[in-house]
Amino acid sequence: MIKVFIAGMVTLLVGLLSAPTWAVLTIEITEGQDTGIPIAVVPFHFQGQQRPNEEIRNIVSADLYRSGRFLSLPPGDFLSRPSGPDQVRFKDWRLIKAEALVIGHVSQVGDDHYDVSFYLYNVFKEKLLAGYRWTVGSSQLRQVAHQVSDYIYEALTGIPGAFDTRIAYVTVEKDSSDIRQYQLMVADSDGHNAQRILRTNFPILSPAWAPDGKRLAYVSFASRTSGAMIWVQNVETGERRKLLQEKGTASAPAWSADGRRLALRLSRDGNHDIYILDVAASRLTRLTTHPGIDTEPAWSPNGRYLVFTSDRSGRPHIFRISAAGGPAERLTRVGRENAGASYSPNGKHLVMVTNQGNGDQIGVFYTGNNEVKVLTDGPLDDSPTYSPNGAMIMYATQRGNQGVLAAVSADGRIKQILRLHQGEVREPAWSSRKQ
Amino acid sequence: MRRIFHFSLVLLLSVVLVGCAVNKKKGSAEVEDSSVNLQADVTSSGLSSDDSGSVQVLTTTDNTLDLNDPLGTRVIYFEFDSNALTPEAQRIVEAHAEYLAGNPGMAAVLEGHADERGTREYNLALGERRANAVADLFQMMGVMPDAVRSISYGEERPVAMEHDESAWSLNRRVEILY
Repeated sequence: MIKVFIAGMVTLLVGLLSAPTWAVLTIEITEGQDTGIPIAVVPFHFQGQQRPNEEIRNIVSADLYRSGRFLSLPPGDFLSRPSGPDQVRFKDWRLIKAEALVIGHVSQVGDDHYDVSFYLYNVFKEKLLAGYRWTVGSSQLRQVAHQVSDYIYEALTGIPGAFDTRIAYVTVEKDSSDIRQYQLMVADSDGHNAQRILRTNFPILSPAWAPDGKRLAYVSFASRTSGAMIWVQNVETGERRKLLQEKGTASAPAWSADGRRLALRLSRDGNHDIYILDVAASRLTRLTTHPGIDTEPAWSPNGRYLVFTSDRSGRPHIFRISAAGGPAERLTRVGRENAGASYSPNGKHLVMVTNQGNGDQIGVFYTGNNEVKVLTDGPLDDSPTYSPNGAMIMYATQRGNQGVLAAVSADGRIKQILRLHQGEVREPAWSSRKQ
Repeated sequence: MRRIFHFSLVLLLSVVLVGCAVNKKKGSAEVEDSSVNLQADVTSSGLSSDDSGSVQVLTTTDNTLDLNDPLGTRVIYFEFDSNALTPEAQRIVEAHAEYLAGNPGMAAVLEGHADERGTREYNLALGERRANAVADLFQMMGVMPDAVRSISYGEERPVAMEHDESAWSLNRRVEILY
């Protein structure tokens, strides 16, 4: 009787410890592809006493499907299940019309450690394209699966993968006293492993990853009488500090690619302008002086230019200025207003929020020919952020009355929604994961 | 035997409760912002508003509140993408300016807001512009700069949640808080 009782309590205890207190982001694919490279990902063979919770094959298959560039063939159709190079019979894969084949092996080494290896083949050429081997703890298996996906993606498309990446985002939920609670969260870019970084009653905006993937700059409020301020927080240690000791309000932080400078919006004497902070020297340099609102600076990948939003010519539009200072040049001329621009990783386009008469939509601006390609429906889309390889754009939008995140491929054909079970989510920021 | 059972039960329960509280991934570094508990640094003889920024009742010097009196109105509204004070807004702001100029011990916080259209950062700036427009009129009418604090929440603290003009017009506002 006592044994049963204690067993019950232990189960409850374990249940409570493994259930997350905050909501997890779930992804649904709203527009996929019927075409793509047919790829067979064979379930990885497992050898050991304790099978890990994570099935690498399923994570890889989901990653490749989400990219919209692959057709993952169903394992039920496989004629054989090789796990090592000597077991591969290419005829089996040509027969089911696979163009690429992925096989792998997981073996337990020690209590909580696993040896993982994979091989990627071109089926027609019967050639090994990629392979790798890891020894990791069970908590890193998801990350290994995403790295497998990255290897496959790059080998078959020529573009680096962005599966082993992270996103920061803000959630809002009303508590029992009807007060909005804000949380700054960090998760894998497929929504798993969500971690709370900050919780506060005050709004949180504009999370911005430092290039080292370890720190986040963000905007929040210290008290009822303080205006917006920028904080920088180490995601691993929780250590955080206010960026400036200025009297005016500060927001819109943007890190340069080398992490040495932060561009930001500062209001001294009520005028909103772009400044650059040299982080090491703690030195602020003013970049714009116009009495209009200048905000949302974003660095070009080579660090030479910044684009920013300004209403100096009436409605908000995108302007560009040299990081060394000088005159600002207006870039966008189409649309009622354009704001919140940032460069693609290759520096060739800008993604931004554009209003072409249909509310706020996400569009890509081609600086070469001044064209805007609208990628989303709107009417309340905001905060676009590129994946580190430039293939996808994540942004904030509304579904029904719920704030959700969405992702769209750069060509507009693949679409996904990332939503919370409860509460609003907004302000995504996509980072490459640095080790 | 019974005592041991009770003890283990208590121990197990406390472990369960601790487990609930420490419900995060090992190695995660979560920060809880306790600055919500900081006292306002604005001296005030009125009630302080709660963190949701809702409008509180202002007690006038003779302890009556006349809603026809512009001093009883504590929110002013703006046109889209504008920080210009309408004649109605001006009337209300002037009444508060007179009150503040005539009561040097009083201080006010001006909270600027914007509707949800446009980007959050732009709206943060627009809200601050609106609060500053009120602060500028205050100053012109003799209110000491130290008696006023202008801040903005942009589109982050709407009072109306719908996605239409009737909601948006209620959100484009400055609140005068004592």
